[in-house]
Amino acid sequence: MRLVSDSSKCSGCKVCQTLCALVHFDENNPKKGALKIEGKFPVPGVYEVTVCNQCGECAAVCPVDAITLHGTTWILDRDTCIGCMACVTACPIGVMMVHPDEEAPIKCDDCGDCVRYCPREAILDADGEVKRMGR
Amino acid sequence: MNGYAGHILRVNLTKRTHTISPLPEDLARDYLGGRGFVAKLMWDEIPQGADPLGPDNKIIAAPGPLTGVFLPGSGKLEFGAKSPASGGYGDSNIGGHISPEIKYAGFDALIIEGVATEPVMLVIEDHNIEIRPASEYWGKGALESEAMLKNDLGEDFQIATIGPAGENLVYFACISHDFGRQAGRTGVGAVMGSKKLKAIAVKGTKSVPLADTKATIEVGKKMFEACFEKPGFEEWTPQGTAGVTDWVNEVGAFPTRNFKSGYFPKHQFINGEQIVTQIKVTDKACYSCPIPCGKYSHAKTPKYDVHVEGPEYETIALIGGNTEIDNIKDCAYANYICDELGLDSISAGNVIGFAMECYEKGVIKGEDIDGRTLNFGSVDDFVWLANDIAYRKGVGNVLAEGVKTASEKFGEDTARFAIQVKGVEWSGYEARYAPAMMLSYITCDVGAHHNRSWAITYDVASGRDVMEGKAQRTIELQHIRPLFDMLCLCRLQWVELGFELDWYPQIFKAVTGREFSFEELLGFSERIWNLTRCYSLREIEGFGRSFDYPPARFMEEPITDGPTEGKFMPRESIDYLLDDYYKLRGWDNNGIPSQAQLSKMKLEFAEPVIAPLRK
Ligand code: SF4
Ligand code: SF4
Repeated sequence: MRLVSDSSKCSGCKVCQTLCALVHFDENNPKKGALKIEGKFPVPGVYEVTVCNQCGECAAVCPVDAITLHGTTWILDRDTCIGCMACVTACPIGVMMVHPDEEAPIKCDDCGDCVRYCPREAILDADGEVKRMGR
Repeated sequence: MNGYAGHILRVNLTKRTHTISPLPEDLARDYLGGRGFVAKLMWDEIPQGADPLGPDNKIIAAPGPLTGVFLPGSGKLEFGAKSPASGGYGDSNIGGHISPEIKYAGFDALIIEGVATEPVMLVIEDHNIEIRPASEYWGKGALESEAMLKNDLGEDFQIATIGPAGENLVYFACISHDFGRQAGRTGVGAVMGSKKLKAIAVKGTKSVPLADTKATIEVGKKMFEACFEKPGFEEWTPQGTAGVTDWVNEVGAFPTRNFKSGYFPKHQFINGEQIVTQIKVTDKACYSCPIPCGKYSHAKTPKYDVHVEGPEYETIALIGGNTEIDNIKDCAYANYICDELGLDSISAGNVIGFAMECYEKGVIKGEDIDGRTLNFGSVDDFVWLANDIAYRKGVGNVLAEGVKTASEKFGEDTARFAIQVKGVEWSGYEARYAPAMMLSYITCDVGAHHNRSWAITYDVASGRDVMEGKAQRTIELQHIRPLFDMLCLCRLQWVELGFELDWYPQIFKAVTGREFSFEELLGFSERIWNLTRCYSLREIEGFGRSFDYPPARFMEEPITDGPTEGKFMPRESIDYLLDDYYKLRGWDNNGIPSQAQLSKMKLEFAEPVIAPLRK
């Protein structure tokens, strides 16, 4: 499983963010989704999707080793995390997310639900193991 | 209360104060949300006889219990205010992302009252509320001011603005959001302008409480999967609503040349295919929508270079067919002009088509318009008049109050071809040979708008000469479609994909914990339909049957060409349809709900107002 995005297909619907937050926090709150959707309007009029590529830069700066490698995925242990947010600054693509109600940052764990439910197939698994539902 | 953010925000622009109060449980229980809240709050809160553009009118903006939740199409917002166009009940729906944002900020309704002395904007950041000066944005276009505000406040704010048309109190000024979504109808933008409210900016971080999170995820996922499986998911989406253009021409229902004809010979130059091949940049969705109908476009010629969302079908019909602008780039350009000025493109196309016919007939003369021209087919003429309407200059000042008022001022039998009902301009379906669609338009609670009942396909399927059963079907649709506006969901998944209506009670239960059949949910919608009728009865003197007729053109003049050539709908047919409709609705012959009907609808509180109106 390796997440990649194809921004040209994104319609800005935020289904990915809403579902991400629902399955990880049991909360209907797209602001807690672990990926970024940005609209570039009025010009040029496109969306930009940024998903975690598991580069591990976050883990490298974490002072308490709260982010550890499981297979090919870096997973944040929210109990170990001390909320210093060093990883947020370190993330080269800005997808360690922060939310005012959460003490720990929010990190992608490669669950694949965004791939399964992005209506536009703008988020894909480069390994082709996970596909949009119905494909 | 699950499904609800739990609060109402009341802002008084005169006093520059605000209050946050808990959402009353009985309001949620009996009126659900969205349009239900709008109708009830308007009834309770706006004093009888309020001037639509005075300090007593209020703007209500309400999401619904399913808004912002994980299910297809949960991004709609209902705006409501006493309408300057009709003088009665007015509401208008908008997509994009602002409705979920209002819920995430913690509100199920905004009530905006009073008037500011200087231009202001309302900034909502969760429960931090500010009324800020907005003079630097006043006078700017609706799109331009949204871009400025995104820049000044931050990309993560969702912003609704008005353009110069709203500032100058044009009766068909819209509220704009997300660079191309509009609450277009009934003049809600003018009400914002009258309050000197340039913009509403919202950012929220909270969660929508769910009765059953697991079930919401499960049902929500299944709903998306069901959408993915529909053939229309792949086939309909690329062109969006514009895809219907050819079909509407085939059935002779395409507004052309100020509704003289139902067929535009050059329609293939302004259809969905032209959008895809010539101008589309991106498919653009409202929140949580799997079938983005927004076609964000770039139209460039030596004369202009514009980005615009659209044109969608209604704009193609009213700007393309009705003023005979016969190529997609010019349609997109005229659409952009309307969006930036903050004019509803439906009414603008209708009003300008009317003005072009007045010019053709010599009612508007060259000297009235500084020697300029107003010819069908001319995008330049369209653009100068749109500007003059928005800035209320010359003849534009007369037209700024809509075709009904303009025809009263112009006289000379122009009312015959002022294509409106209740003061609101007719939208994109010529209905002289479509009885259910005709009835849908003339009985629509906000004036001649298609969104309460879109029955043209039913007319084609069931026989266009058949009158029986049309009232029944119209009423069914008038309950189904406005239910979407109460839940604040998009209906296009159902209309365009054939998405099953049974899904909605399931997700409603998962989110709110309340169990209803779809039929039972429709009962709420019927109550609101009766309430909005009562509202207009209360506010408009002499309101009733006589307000439910189309213009004389539709009853007396045959369609000039195309597949429906020669057709018109004589007054006797209209009378038949209305008689049938009123009877089925439990309204008297003058279109006034009976006492029994009001109590059946649990609207006894309206009885004292309505009783004296019955003959
Ligand atoms: S679900 Fe897909 S189309 Fe929608 S915002 Fe996310 S990436 Fe874009
Ligand atoms: S179909 Fe269009 S209007 Fe409806 S939710 Fe999707 S993008 Fe919005």
